[in-house]
Amino acid sequence: MILNIDGIEFSYSSVPVLKNIRFDIKRGELLSILGNNGAGKSTLLKCINKILKPHKGTIYIEEEDILKLDRVEIAKKIGYVAQRNENGRFTVFDAVLLGRKPHIKWDVTKKDLKIVNDVINKFNLDKLSLRYLSELSGGELQKVVIARALAQQPLVILLDEPTNNLDLKNQIEVLRIIKQTVKEQNIAAIVIIHDLNLALRFSDKFLLLKDNSIYAYGGEEIMTEENIEAVYDIPVAVERVHDIKVVIPL
Amino acid sequence: MKETFTNSIPASYNKYIKRKILIIFLVILVTILLAMYAINAGSAGISTYDVIKTLIGKGSERFKIIVWNIRMPRVLSAIVAGTGLSVAGCVTQSILRNPLASPFTLGISQGASFGAALAIIVFGAGTTSNPDSVIINNSYLVVIFAFLGSMGATLIILMLAKNFKVTPEAMVLAGVALGSLFSAITMILQYFSDDVQVASVVFWTFGDIGRTSWSDLAIMSTVVGLSLIYFMLNRWNYNALDSGEETAKGLGVDAERIRLIGMFIASLIAATITSFVGIIGFIGLVGPHIMRRLIGSDHRFLIPASSAIGSLILLASDTLGRTIISPIVLPVGAITSFLGAPVFLYVLSRGYKK
Repeated sequence: MILNIDGIEFSYSSVPVLKNIRFDIKRGELLSILGNNGAGKSTLLKCINKILKPHKGTIYIEEEDILKLDRVEIAKKIGYVAQRNENGRFTVFDAVLLGRKPHIKWDVTKKDLKIVNDVINKFNLDKLSLRYLSELSGGELQKVVIARALAQQPLVILLDEPTNNLDLKNQIEVLRIIKQTVKEQNIAAIVIIHDLNLALRFSDKFLLLKDNSIYAYGGEEIMTEENIEAVYDIPVAVERVHDIKVVIPL
Repeated sequence: MKETFTNSIPASYNKYIKRKILIIFLVILVTILLAMYAINAGSAGISTYDVIKTLIGKGSERFKIIVWNIRMPRVLSAIVAGTGLSVAGCVTQSILRNPLASPFTLGISQGASFGAALAIIVFGAGTTSNPDSVIINNSYLVVIFAFLGSMGATLIILMLAKNFKVTPEAMVLAGVALGSLFSAITMILQYFSDDVQVASVVFWTFGDIGRTSWSDLAIMSTVVGLSLIYFMLNRWNYNALDSGEETAKGLGVDAERIRLIGMFIASLIAATITSFVGIIGFIGLVGPHIMRRLIGSDHRFLIPASSAIGSLILLASDTLGRTIISPIVLPVGAITSFLGAPVFLYVLSRGYKK
C-alpha cells in the first residue's frame, strides 16, 4: 500500500465538504475520482497533500503520517497538478525545473538538470524547451505542468482535471504518459476526471463521490449503470465497444 | 558519467542562461561607467584627472570635499536606492501576483508623506528661519517620522492580511484605500499650516538623492544588502508563487508566510529609502518590467537584473537632473518617470510583438 486514507473529514466554515473518506491505493495503480461538480473532488485532492488540512482522519504514505510532515517533505513525496495554472515568462525548461524545487538546497545540480531533461523528452517537449509558457497552446501548457509534477519524482501524483481544455489526441496522449509513468516508476496516480470513458480506459480503480461522501469505491466492476446513474443523476447505458467499456448518457 | 550529464543539458539552454548573465553584467558595466562620469560631471569644474587624483588621495582640499562629501555619497545613494526600490518592486509584483504592484501601492509613499508632514508642520522640523528659502535640513525628525508613517501603513496591511486571510488582490485594494486615507490626513494638515511649511512638505516629497550623508548611506546599504540576500535565498519560492498559489503549495512553499515576510521586507526597503531621499515612485515598476521583457521572470536572474537596472535608471536620472540645466537640480522623482516611461513603453511594445 503506497497511500492509505482513513476517515478524512473536511468542512468550509462548518459546511461539511468531505465526510468519512477512506480508501487506499497500491503502487502502479491509477485511481480516478468521479462525481458531479461540488461533490468535493478537488477538496479531497487538496487534503491529500495538506494544501487543505483535514479536520479529522489520517493519511499515510508508506507508513509516514502526511499530516505530521512539513510542506517540503510532502512535496518530495506527492506531486500536485492544479486545475488552473499561471503561464508567466518562464521557459518550458525552467518551468519543469521548478519541479525540482523541493529537492534543491542552494542551486540546481547536474542530476536535477538530467531529470528535467528526461521528463521533457518523455513529453516530447524538447523542441519547445526554450519557449515561454505564454506562447504555448493549452495542450502544451498542460503537458508542461504535468512534466513539472513528475520532475518532483513523487511517490504519488495528484492531478486535478489534467485533460481539461485538451483535444482528443492530447487527452489520450497525456493520460497515456501518466499511465506509463505510473507503471514504469511503480508509483501511484490519483486523477480527477469528468470524462467517464477516459476514466474507464485508463484507471485501475474508481472512487465515486456523491454528496460529500464515497458512494462506491473499487475496480471496474463498480462502474455499473446503477452506480453511475445514482452519482450523476442521469440515465446511462454501459456497453462494450471494441472490447472497451464505454458509458453512453441516454 | 559526468560527461553524459553535461550532454543531457541542451546546449541551447546553457546559451540562454549565459545570455541572461551577459545582459546583467552589461547593465552593471554601464552603471559603473555612468557612476564614473557622474562623479566627474557637475558645475564645480573638476577634470577627470583631478577626480582620479582625489580618489587616490592626492587631490586638493576643495576637490576632496566635492568628490568625497558631495558627489560620492550622491552617486552611491542613487545606486543603492535604485537597487532597493527596483528589487522591492520586483518581489512585490511576484508575491501579490500583480504587475502594477510595488511597495508604493501598499500606501508606503502616502504614509511617508504623512509622517514628513507631521514632523514639519506639527513638530516644526525641516523649515528654516529664513522665510525666503525652503530648505529641508535633513532633519532626523523628518526621516524618523517618514519612516514611522510608511511602516505604519505596511503594518496595517500586514495585520489585515494575517488576521483576515485576505487575498493578494484585496491587499492591493487595501493599500490604495490606506494611501488615500493618509493623503487625506496630510491634506488637512497642510490646510492648517503656513505656506513655508506647505512648501517644505511638497519639496520633501519631490525626492532628492543629494540629501544623503555617509551615515544615511550606510543605513540604506545595510537594509538593501540584507534584503537582497533574503530575496535571493527565496528566489525559488517566488518562481513557485508565480506559477500559482496551489502549485506553489504543492511544491512545498508556505505561500502565506513567504508573502507576509516578503511584503514586510520590500516595504522596509521602500520605507527606509523614502525616508532618506523622498518619494521616487516609478523605478519599482519600470525596472523589473524592463528586465522581465529582456530575460524573463526566473527570479534567479530577475532579482539581480532588477537591482542592476534600478541603480542604472536612478543614477542616470539623477545625473541628468543635475547636469541638464546646471546649476539648477531638477527633482529626481520627475526625471525618473520622464526617462523611464518612454523606455518602458518601448520595451512593452517590443515585448508584445514577439
